[in-house]
Amino acid sequence: MSAHDHQTPPFFKRGLPPGARLTIYLALSFGLLVGDLRLHYLETLRQALSVLTYPLQIAAATPADFVHNASDYFSGLVSLQRENAQLKSQQLNMASKVLFNEQLRRENAELRGLLDMADALKVRATAAEIIFTARDPFSRKVILNKGSRQDIEPGSPVVDPLGVIGQVTRVFPLHAEVTLLSDKEQAIPVIVERSGLRAVMFGTGNGLMELKFLAANAEVKPNDRILTSGLDGVFAPGLPVASVIKVTRDSAESFARILCKPIGSVERNGAVLILSRLEPHLERPVDDESNDPRRASGGRIRPNKPATEASAPLAAGSAPVPAQSAVPQAVASPAHKGN
Amino acid sequence: MQATNNSSRLLLPVRMGFVVLSLIVALGLNFVPVGRFYAVPDFTALVLAFWCVREPHRIGMGTAFILGTLVDVVHGAVMGQHAAAYVLLAWASIINSRRLLWFSPGAQALHMVPLFLMVQMVMLILRLLAGHHFPGWEYFFTCFTTAALWLPTHYLLLLPQMLPIDRDENRPL
Repeated sequence: MSAHDHQTPPFFKRGLPPGARLTIYLALSFGLLVGDLRLHYLETLRQALSVLTYPLQIAAATPADFVHNASDYFSGLVSLQRENAQLKSQQLNMASKVLFNEQLRRENAELRGLLDMADALKVRATAAEIIFTARDPFSRKVILNKGSRQDIEPGSPVVDPLGVIGQVTRVFPLHAEVTLLSDKEQAIPVIVERSGLRAVMFGTGNGLMELKFLAANAEVKPNDRILTSGLDGVFAPGLPVASVIKVTRDSAESFARILCKPIGSVERNGAVLILSRLEPHLERPVDDESNDPRRASGGRIRPNKPATEASAPLAAGSAPVPAQSAVPQAVASPAHKGN
Repeated sequence: MQATNNSSRLLLPVRMGFVVLSLIVALGLNFVPVGRFYAVPDFTALVLAFWCVREPHRIGMGTAFILGTLVDVVHGAVMGQHAAAYVLLAWASIINSRRLLWFSPGAQALHMVPLFLMVQMVMLILRLLAGHHFPGWEYFFTCFTTAALWLPTHYLLLLPQMLPIDRDENRPL
């Protein structure tokens, strides 16, 4: 009996050597990396772990929030009065617009009916608050305090009083992750307000955005406003997105380099609106290449010629920037991410 | 007196409850939202490396993997990014632990700088391979602030082990 009480220290039973253990755990980590980046299999695991870590996250965020609120509390009467006056003038300004809005909406519906056009995108706005900025230095994301419990769906656009700030990319039960427009992985279809040019805007990763694949002689000037075009069926058309700050036209390159600054106060705390759709997403148009990859390289004559020609310039446009070729999917992907 | 292999000081055996508690607190400190301020120390890496050096038979790469995955989820990073970096940190700490324990805590902190730098480098390389943007040189400040906290962490986490068995009113430590 007593022999069990005095066990010898494990001189020989040390388990696997550190090198072997390192290999196993590194292989596991790389498996996670590939599973997350390429295959997108790990959303369920992420959801489950987020429920585990959420209490700790809130516990960590509360003191920081308290410090923030305390500084607000002591910010003084003057700034509050100024803000109040500003809000009052803003409300007066808005009142006239709101009064006309109802009439315009009815008129618009009637005209659309007469012209036999599809109804405009119907959206439901949910107010939410940015709780904090995600710590990952490689991407631009913020966390909102509403999640799937409040019917937030991935892919919904997020706006603040000034303009679009981003898109919900991950929804957890109690919070949601918004990828800001300035993130390098984020793309948004836009229209230049003055000239009506359509383009796609990408984040640059350093707080600015870039209009890509516009010809070097494109009709864009600094201070032009950029609005959403609504072409994707995700963002409602006409929301302000950015203003052009710099246009570089280099004759050696076929595209102009157009830098833009977001209009919405991207990367700051505050209240935002999440615009969820009331109707189900539009069906994604079927394109030959994604349906059957063998067809693209097979050299077979395709049955519908016009579709081939339409997709050709798109492929040519994305060819010079291979690193970006995966990005345009970001616009359409939330539809399948959510499921 | 410093608690290294050099000193003749005997420490009490570590309590696993305290180790787990310290790791959870460090994880919580990592979750404090700081916005885009890069020089924030990586508390989880610090406490993990500390216990890997002190207790290499109890805390190791398995713990590192779990902690790394949790940090990945909360930071909104790619899954496996922190996990891979922390596993490498744990491995490097474990194989260096016998050598490190002969140095004074200050010298240990200096030895930890390259290890924490390695954590940052691994994460940077993984994200650059995944097609992300280089976040700027400020990104590397973290490893120095983390290593600078090694000394206070050393005394804080060894405090329960330095307490005497027979309590003395005049000499608490």
